[in-house]
Amino acid sequence: MKLTLKIWRQKNAQAKGRMETYQIDQIDGDMSFLEMLDVLNNQLISTGIDPVVFDHDCREGICGSCSLQINGEPHGPDRFITTCQLHMRKFSDGDTIVIEPFRAKAFPVVKDLMVDRSAFDRIQHAGGYISVNTSGNTIDANSIPIDKEDADHAFNAATCIGCGACVAACKNASAMLFTSAKVSQFALLPQGQVEATRRVLNMVEQMDKEGFGNCTNTGACEIECPKGISLENIARMNREFLTAQIKG
Amino acid sequence: MSITSNLPQGPLAEKWTKHKNDINLVNPANKRNIDVIVVGTGLAGGSAAASLAELGYNVKTFCYQDSPRRAHSIAAQGGINAAKNYQGDGDSTYRLFYDTIKGGDYRSREANVHRLAEVSGNIIDQCVAQGVPFAREYGGLLDNRSFGGVLVSRTFYAKGQTGQQLLLGAYAAMNRQINRGKIKAFNRHEMLDLVLVEGKARGIIARNLVTGELERHSAHAVVIASGGYGNVFFLSTNAMGSNVTASWKIHKKGAYFANPCYTQIHPTCIPVSGDHQSKLTLMSESLRNDGRIWVPAKLEDAQAVREGRLQPTAIAEEDRDYYLERRYPSFGNLVPRDVASRAAKERCDAGYGVNKTGEAVYLDFDAAIMRYGREQAVIQHMTQASDAEVRALGEKVVESKYGNLFQMYEKIVDQNPYKTPMMIYPAVHYTMGGVWVDYNLMTSIPGCYAAGEANFSDHGANRLGASALMQGLADGYFVLPYTIGNYLSDDIRTGPIATDTPEFEAAERSVQATIDSLINNKGSKTVDSFHRKLGKIMWNKCGMSRNETELKEAMAEIKALREEFWRDVNVPGTAHELNQELEKAMRVADFLELGELFAKDALERNESCGGHFREEYQTPEGEALRDDEHYMHVSAWEYQGEPADAILHKEPLVYDNIQVKTRSYK
Amino acid sequence: MGLLNSSIARKVAMALSGLFLVVFLGQHFVINLTSVIAPDTFNSFSHFMGTNGLVQGVLQPILIFGVVFHFVMGFVLELKNRAARSVRYVAYKGSAGASWASRNMIISGAVVLAFLGLHFYDFWIPEMIHKYVESHPEDPTRYYAETVHKFENPIRVGLYVVSFVLLAVHLWHGFSSSFQSVGFNNKYSKGLQNFTKIYAVGIPLGFIVIAIYHHLNPLAH
Repeated sequence: MKLTLKIWRQKNAQAKGRMETYQIDQIDGDMSFLEMLDVLNNQLISTGIDPVVFDHDCREGICGSCSLQINGEPHGPDRFITTCQLHMRKFSDGDTIVIEPFRAKAFPVVKDLMVDRSAFDRIQHAGGYISVNTSGNTIDANSIPIDKEDADHAFNAATCIGCGACVAACKNASAMLFTSAKVSQFALLPQGQVEATRRVLNMVEQMDKEGFGNCTNTGACEIECPKGISLENIARMNREFLTAQIKG
Repeated sequence: MSITSNLPQGPLAEKWTKHKNDINLVNPANKRNIDVIVVGTGLAGGSAAASLAELGYNVKTFCYQDSPRRAHSIAAQGGINAAKNYQGDGDSTYRLFYDTIKGGDYRSREANVHRLAEVSGNIIDQCVAQGVPFAREYGGLLDNRSFGGVLVSRTFYAKGQTGQQLLLGAYAAMNRQINRGKIKAFNRHEMLDLVLVEGKARGIIARNLVTGELERHSAHAVVIASGGYGNVFFLSTNAMGSNVTASWKIHKKGAYFANPCYTQIHPTCIPVSGDHQSKLTLMSESLRNDGRIWVPAKLEDAQAVREGRLQPTAIAEEDRDYYLERRYPSFGNLVPRDVASRAAKERCDAGYGVNKTGEAVYLDFDAAIMRYGREQAVIQHMTQASDAEVRALGEKVVESKYGNLFQMYEKIVDQNPYKTPMMIYPAVHYTMGGVWVDYNLMTSIPGCYAAGEANFSDHGANRLGASALMQGLADGYFVLPYTIGNYLSDDIRTGPIATDTPEFEAAERSVQATIDSLINNKGSKTVDSFHRKLGKIMWNKCGMSRNETELKEAMAEIKALREEFWRDVNVPGTAHELNQELEKAMRVADFLELGELFAKDALERNESCGGHFREEYQTPEGEALRDDEHYMHVSAWEYQGEPADAILHKEPLVYDNIQVKTRSYK
Repeated sequence: MGLLNSSIARKVAMALSGLFLVVFLGQHFVINLTSVIAPDTFNSFSHFMGTNGLVQGVLQPILIFGVVFHFVMGFVLELKNRAARSVRYVAYKGSAGASWASRNMIISGAVVLAFLGLHFYDFWIPEMIHKYVESHPEDPTRYYAETVHKFENPIRVGLYVVSFVLLAVHLWHGFSSSFQSVGFNNKYSKGLQNFTKIYAVGIPLGFIVIAIYHHLNPLAH
């Protein structure tokens, strides 16, 4: 396969970036998208051009590192996968592929296609936990039965990999899906009830501080989420937030 | 520097309790004046950092990822073992201990493994309290499943994402401490050297991966929890960034490196598809519960399949070789990982491999689909069901059990595994070897600890499924917080460690020199090309089966490759910016040293045990042959400059509570 | 407005004001519908609405506040949301995951706002002048004829139709979305969503039909 790549290049956070065009040849359909970029980088190095920087690590769709906006969609055209699981057979010979970093004010570009998603960490610091000491001297794990359905829903919310595709896909760069997934996980479990009020207020406050946009329920986040995190979680967070506001 | 394992006295089952009662404590006010560095934020590092911070120490964590949550523990699929005996099937602390020792082929330390089994139940309590959403039954209680190599159901799980859920639990515990100001997280930082002051670990040199700046960080103790070194093989199921650098740097500063040759090769991975391959993907071991493994029985069929002239489904039942069922009638497709992997390699080496590279075998669900389909037909009273109807019913059952794995396979391979058998091949997955530690998880450097996959302690020569998560969390939540206090109780009057000392100065200068030499080298070959070559040597000569000649060749080839690397590697860009090629080069440089020690260790161990198979030491039927008389010891290597010159220290393994037997799965 | 510092509170406020306007729209539609089937009823409804103290003194200001709030907030949110992505994508495939209606509420909203301007100019301002400035004596039968006369001009009817199409687009997303915003997402949501979609199309369509009906059936002057 022969491809034209239009890639965002930016030396560092302060520098001004621009799109660059590269030609690449002999791309096999069995390659993953990131392996295609590996090939490009080897080609660039051999011609004395700095390789393209992008985040990636596990390359099996679970660490949440990879973060590319491919032809206008986070993680590319396929559904329920991350960029590292996207394969080149989804493209055809002669295609032009536009590759950009995830764009949001809260995700400043670090270099080229790599962005700083530490805003997500700070949202978690604000309350994404249950305050229990790691002494091991807790009650027996089976002493509180939890409804299977609640446990399964909590698990589904907890499968969020924190990649930021929701923010990248949202026209408002809103982080509601991410934040609500964590709030939901704990809201659905009895262990999470004690701190529920403070948790949702603190996490939402931090989310707002980071400069993410407002949710307008377009639903793009749910569609583009590689883990299929549901919009129900946003509704649940809204409920939790309202309840918390009323409780004060 | 000693090789005493500091085992507590007394009966096995009481050692840990007694030890906890005997060790020194640090009072809360003094803990505030003590700093601890934790390198790596996976299950072991994350849980250790959270627990130490909670106790009151000032913790600094370091990870190369952009967030602690992305450590590769996140990719563990299957589950975590714990001797809870919730199923009432006869499980106990002793049985978990016994299974782990046996699974490790009698090459792990009894006292450590027993402690691991003792605290395993606490891990589950702890994680549930933290809100980890384990799978539950309709009654609301926790569900268990069984895993390879054991006779009870003791594995707790969260679908196929147990590692993710446990890591997010540890990350949440870290977040709580970050919010309290007790943990300072240095993400996108890589530790590049350990600083010793008067023989004690007192800090690290870390590179800020965004700015390229070298930073000095001091502490009263340093914990290395940076995972395993499977990426020495280039292709493995490890993350791209997983590396041995932190472990190797402390090795070079005096920490012994134990059993580097013990590597786990996982039998069910998606095969390599071509030269572009950057990484391998694991398919959960649970697939072997229902899939039957086979290759064509005739060489010409295998050839035709490789050339695409023959479809596997067109091969008649009598022309298939279900080699695991043939060789191991009692365990069949459920033999332990090391056995299944070697058997696959044996068939492929003999020319029966099935994908275009000739390195793959089939994992076939057809029989399971039809079996489940017939069961369903009976349940639904469909007495006249046609084959197609039975198949449809069966596919539904298989989908409910393995749907997400089948989908993942189809995304990667572009073949429908319901219709045509999956192709699998073994891949490097986990390293049992690692930094040598004593009972307290302290390395041979005072004040320097190693936890999780980075240390060598609990799995012997082969790890059982669902035990890695258990060990990581046991080390971090329940072992280190006690044992490190014992050491730090001597440091309550030390005060802050200054970083403007000659020791820090020297360490930083040496790191800077290494970086400069890489950047200024301007050679002709990319870092990846060296890494790939190293991986090929490792896989071909130190992989699933090893022999003396090839191991000697491997040592020579790796040494030559290392010299070529320093002569001819090309690292573009500068040191003072985000430079991923430089990061890789630093890691590959260490792999190029470790690889040689790996081969040396494999060469020295003249026996076959667990993941280490020496062709010279096998039974007439081709099974592993242990030599308990000469090799029932831990091989702990002391650094001497060149890997080939490393000095071997043997820590004898003593089994007082368990009868040493030969593993058999016939 | 301290409460509205939070993004979720703002979103809930948008939802509640929107829901209020949806209810008003339904009520308005019912009254308008009587202009087609029973002009006398239309006159008496209009008379009641136009002269009742509670409606004029309490509900009308609330309604105006609701409208103004919804619009001002809508524009404020749009500005904030634009600021949340300061560097735009070169290629952005919004349609992959979200409907046009949901992504362009500001456009449909702005058209509806413009229409409201026209509507105020046509009906509300003359009505206010008629009642409170010029203090004409009340004639309870005047409303029907006044209304029908407005639809003689085809350009006005055209604008009316376009505006209501965009109102339908606005409601298509906005009505169901408001339930999500206040946290209502459960097993009843599917049914509720169907209702909101029918409402979103049906009510504006009804307004359009009424307008065209009156245009085609003018009263003699």
